[in-house]
Amino acid sequence: MRQHWFLSASAFVCGLLFGLGLLLAGMANPAKVLGFLDIAGLWDPSLALVMVGGIVVAFIAFTLSKKMPHSLLQAKFNWPEATAVTSPLLIGSTLFGLGWGLVGLCPGPALVLAGSGALEGLMFVVFMLIGFRLADLVQARLS
Amino acid sequence: MMDWINFTPLQSLLGGLLIGLATAFLWLLNGRIAGISGITAGTFISFGPERLWRLAFVLGLILSSWVWLLFVPLPEVQVTGNYWLLAIAGLLVGFGARLGSGCTSGHGICGLSRLSGRSLVATVTFMTVAVVTVFVMRHVV
Repeated sequence: MRQHWFLSASAFVCGLLFGLGLLLAGMANPAKVLGFLDIAGLWDPSLALVMVGGIVVAFIAFTLSKKMPHSLLQAKFNWPEATAVTSPLLIGSTLFGLGWGLVGLCPGPALVLAGSGALEGLMFVVFMLIGFRLADLVQARLS
Repeated sequence: MMDWINFTPLQSLLGGLLIGLATAFLWLLNGRIAGISGITAGTFISFGPERLWRLAFVLGLILSSWVWLLFVPLPEVQVTGNYWLLAIAGLLVGFGARLGSGCTSGHGICGLSRLSGRSLVATVTFMTVAVVTVFVMRHVV
């Protein structure tokens, strides 16, 4: 029982850190994200450095964990097992890219913005949640 | 052409390192992947302890701007005020991320650092589509 509270406390701190990282990186500002995606206009490459920073640290963690039997809080490592490139993966990623390019918001930054009280963020998040639900319904129908 | 005025290499790299640290901690401590769309959608469909940690993570994300505000003013945010566009984009992002099993964090950060070919395909796909979308919106329409 106590372990669940440790896991939740740790997840809370991780969510907080993740959000602070997004804010510091400039990812929570859709105009900056669009500036990165606009390679034909005035290109702002900043967000490539967000990817580099994030991937380097995460890579070290994933590598370290290979020698560990379980997580530091005694949880099982939930390594994603899927490896196949499927049509839902391709169709989903295409629709996701379209939505991301339209306003410059992806799920993490949208939650940070909504949390700050920005109406635009809230509006986006409400429809994003509807989108999650619709996708679950479609996948249940397909399988 | 490079936008030197808005280029923030140091902040963006440090922000990326923080995102990486959050991802690393969630993996090393909880054994879970820091994929925001999966975690958020999971708060509605998982139960018990699996739901609890997800709710805690999302709460941390939602409260992050308030913690930030304790120290410094929030950075500038410019977002479209067109509610139709926000609704359509929100739907597409939610539906697409869920159907595609991940978003910028789950595929882009976690998947790439796990050297997952599937996540590489997803990341290249959504990056390319997003770049084309911005090109059409800004330079064609």
